[in-house]
Amino acid sequence: MMTTRSSAPPVPGPTPGTPTRPPCLEVDRLTVAFGGLTALDDVSFTVGAGETVALIGPNGAGKTTVFNAVCGLVRPRGGSIRLGGRPAPGSPTRLVAAGVARTLQGLGLFSGMTVLENVMVPLATGAAGTRGTHGDTPEDPEAAARATLDRLGLTSLVHRPVDALSYPDRKQVALARALVTRPSLLLLDEPAGGLGHDDIDRLAQTVRDVAADGCSVLLVEHHVDFVMGLADRVVVLDFGRVIACGPPDEVRADPAVETAYLGVSASREGRDGLGPAVDGQSISAEAAS
Amino acid sequence: MNRVLPQVTGTPRILLGGLALAFLGIAVTFVLDPYRNYQLAIVAAYFCATAGLSVLVGLTGQLSLGHAALMAAGGYGYALAASLVDGMADGGPGTSGDEGTSVVRVLAGLAGAVVVSGVLGLLLGLAGARLRGPYLAGLTLALVIALPAVTAVLRGVLGGDQGLRAPYEDVPPALERLVALEQWHAWIAILAASVAATGLVLLRRSRAGLQMRAVHGDETAARLSGVPAGRVKVVAFVASAVSAGLGGAVLCLVTQSVSPGAYSLAFSLLLVVAAVVGGLGSLGGAAVGSAVVVLLPWLIESVTTALDLPADLQQRLSGNLAVLVFGALLVVVTLAWPGGAAGALAARRAARSQQPPLTER
Amino acid sequence: MDRLVFLLATGVARGAVFALFALSLVIVWRAARVVNFAQGAMAVVAVFVAFGVTAATGSYWLGLGSALLTGAVLGVVVERGVMNHVPAGNPLPGMIVAIGLVMVLQSGLGMLFGPQHRPMAAPFDERPFQVGGVPVLSPYDVFVLVVAVVVMGVLALLFTRTSLGLQLRASAFAPEVSRLLGVRVPRMLTIGWVLSSAVAALAALLLVPTELGLNAHSADMLFVHAFTVAVVGGLDSPVGALLGGLVVGVLMTLVTGYLGATVAPVAVLVLLATVLLVRPAGIFAAIEARQA
Repeated sequence: MMTTRSSAPPVPGPTPGTPTRPPCLEVDRLTVAFGGLTALDDVSFTVGAGETVALIGPNGAGKTTVFNAVCGLVRPRGGSIRLGGRPAPGSPTRLVAAGVARTLQGLGLFSGMTVLENVMVPLATGAAGTRGTHGDTPEDPEAAARATLDRLGLTSLVHRPVDALSYPDRKQVALARALVTRPSLLLLDEPAGGLGHDDIDRLAQTVRDVAADGCSVLLVEHHVDFVMGLADRVVVLDFGRVIACGPPDEVRADPAVETAYLGVSASREGRDGLGPAVDGQSISAEAAS
Repeated sequence: MNRVLPQVTGTPRILLGGLALAFLGIAVTFVLDPYRNYQLAIVAAYFCATAGLSVLVGLTGQLSLGHAALMAAGGYGYALAASLVDGMADGGPGTSGDEGTSVVRVLAGLAGAVVVSGVLGLLLGLAGARLRGPYLAGLTLALVIALPAVTAVLRGVLGGDQGLRAPYEDVPPALERLVALEQWHAWIAILAASVAATGLVLLRRSRAGLQMRAVHGDETAARLSGVPAGRVKVVAFVASAVSAGLGGAVLCLVTQSVSPGAYSLAFSLLLVVAAVVGGLGSLGGAAVGSAVVVLLPWLIESVTTALDLPADLQQRLSGNLAVLVFGALLVVVTLAWPGGAAGALAARRAARSQQPPLTER
Repeated sequence: MDRLVFLLATGVARGAVFALFALSLVIVWRAARVVNFAQGAMAVVAVFVAFGVTAATGSYWLGLGSALLTGAVLGVVVERGVMNHVPAGNPLPGMIVAIGLVMVLQSGLGMLFGPQHRPMAAPFDERPFQVGGVPVLSPYDVFVLVVAVVVMGVLALLFTRTSLGLQLRASAFAPEVSRLLGVRVPRMLTIGWVLSSAVAALAALLLVPTELGLNAHSADMLFVHAFTVAVVGGLDSPVGALLGGLVVGVLMTLVTGYLGATVAPVAVLVLLATVLLVRPAGIFAAIEARQA
């Protein structure tokens, strides 16, 4: 089912035979403005329990702003955000307890600390696991951190200072830090940016494994091939509005999406968009928020 | 420490380490003459404040320009509590006499110091630590500059410019033969310093310490990881304030007085110098820095006296020359060796350990 | 009532000086993203130079000019010689280096001039005019107000109407983009420091004649007052500096007038702590500025 230029949230129907769970994330008519600039205008979409949804769009479309709003880093001017049926906590510090974990475009690793220490931080408050669906409180933060690092192939780097690692390794550490709290919703901000083919394949497998465990994933990406192979549904943003939403194949064929990416209209000339027609390399430029 | 008792790790190891250092310090007092022991006590007092400041800046990146005022708070807390206990004891105020009363007085004084400096630290921390940037620094600067005015306004309790007097603590009768007065005071100072150091190391290694370092590393990412950044910074500030308060209490005990003149802006800046030169975040560095900050002015003073300069020039140089050197040191160390003495030492060690094993020495 | 009018008027004059100094802090914050804790010490050096020049030549105006010049030169020296070498991105080293500078400058002045307070003569009478029998402002206060307003006006025009001002704002806001557009960003940074330092020197020079006298520590309280103004009005906001300056100036003068001069530093401290505790966003400033 595809909608164009609509703000009606397309809610996936429940799989027959399974008990209905509230959607993991419901964004309803979200509007965010910075001074005179409207970054998000009436944005609505949902991420169902266990779904992997991709949020794509040209640079400056507002994708990271959506993340920032969900995380409580910016205050919306209008609309609502619900997590697991309940209103999203307005403050980023309560996300871990709500079962949400996020990676940052700039990684935001804690400099001056080792890999292990970085990954142990989210467990330091003991809030992890109190509300998440995978809710057993990790008894020993260090053991839980090591387990996550093993899972991501970082065992040999456990005591290295995080500043000394290569970029792909740093990205893995950031991912480990997000996964260590066993979240029920994982927000990935351009996880494939700056990675080579092998690392991207490894990342895709990790995301699939995480989704198979029942975690919902919302990812923002420029790397279209990566996204299309991974997502159950794709939401396309342009200029702060949802212009398309649906399964990858349908979105790919939508002319509105093609226009947004390829910049057919004069006002978008020279913009750094990319679309299916372009060789699907990722551009890891910092998207304007 | 771990080479001696490798099976002891974690908290017990730190506690043992603190005790060992205390014993070492006490042993050293036997070989020093009274004046040196007095200086040692002063260095230990400065260390308490410097260590607190160094850990605060190193761990959370918050700069306090008013740690002298926090020491003063500890000093006043000590004087008030100890005098209170003294007044309640039999035989009236002043002389020690009864060993038991002396211990009670000192303990009460230290408790008073901890409470007053802790409360002040909490207020300052709440006001400034939640914000990023220079606001805490500016607030603490305002505090230390306003200290004389504060004591004047609260003249009834704090005694204005004259300050307060604290009871004189003599050597307990049992130890009278063994230990001189300055040595006894040095012991108390060393014990206080060990307690402060142990507490700070435990804090650094705890979950709270991890959270503090995370906030310093990247505050947004830390908050997204569930760390309550504001609260964490306040805790760090209170810990450093209490440590400084202990130092102030020791100074008060050793000098039997506390007054605003002794805790000036210049003193606060001296503490910053000690922390930076030693290496921010390092307790060993704090010890080195405190020693430098106490001994260098004394050294400069001796040199200028020896040079036999005209009295007017002598007067002008006194104090100012040391400050000039320290200011220059602060600038140079920050630009050239940001890790301070501790950082330089660590870099050397790291470089040495990475040398190829084929190299024969 | 008479007293109140007098205090209010004096408060406005005092506030103008605070606003001017706070403005210098705003300029350097916007240009270099650093709170220059050495601003006061640098300004005092300039005032000492002015004092010397006036003593030598007998002319206040030459002294004023030399203060501005010294401030400007100091701005260049500090920026190029010291601040330029501080690693960017982390505000901490910049603050520590500034503290080091304060120590060097103040001890240097102490060594050269000793600890005594040297009274500075004002160019105009410091006895207040009487309006209908009520003492209001002195000719000197009026002079201070006029100078402050004129300077703030000139700066406002500079920043909003001239090409230089545009370049200054652009390089502060977006240095990389400005560089690409041909703006000489390092030069703009230096100009920002020069302007800031000169304005601070002027503010200190205007203040000192009303105080006990000139000595190495004359600007400590001025810095604290100006910092409080910046907190109340917002480090990012020139208008905030102006309004905040008036608020703080009037408040402080009222406190000094009714409760005595000893209480003044405590009042500043209480005001600063209260604003930070209750309205950390500042009374006039935007919320974003506080978290930066």
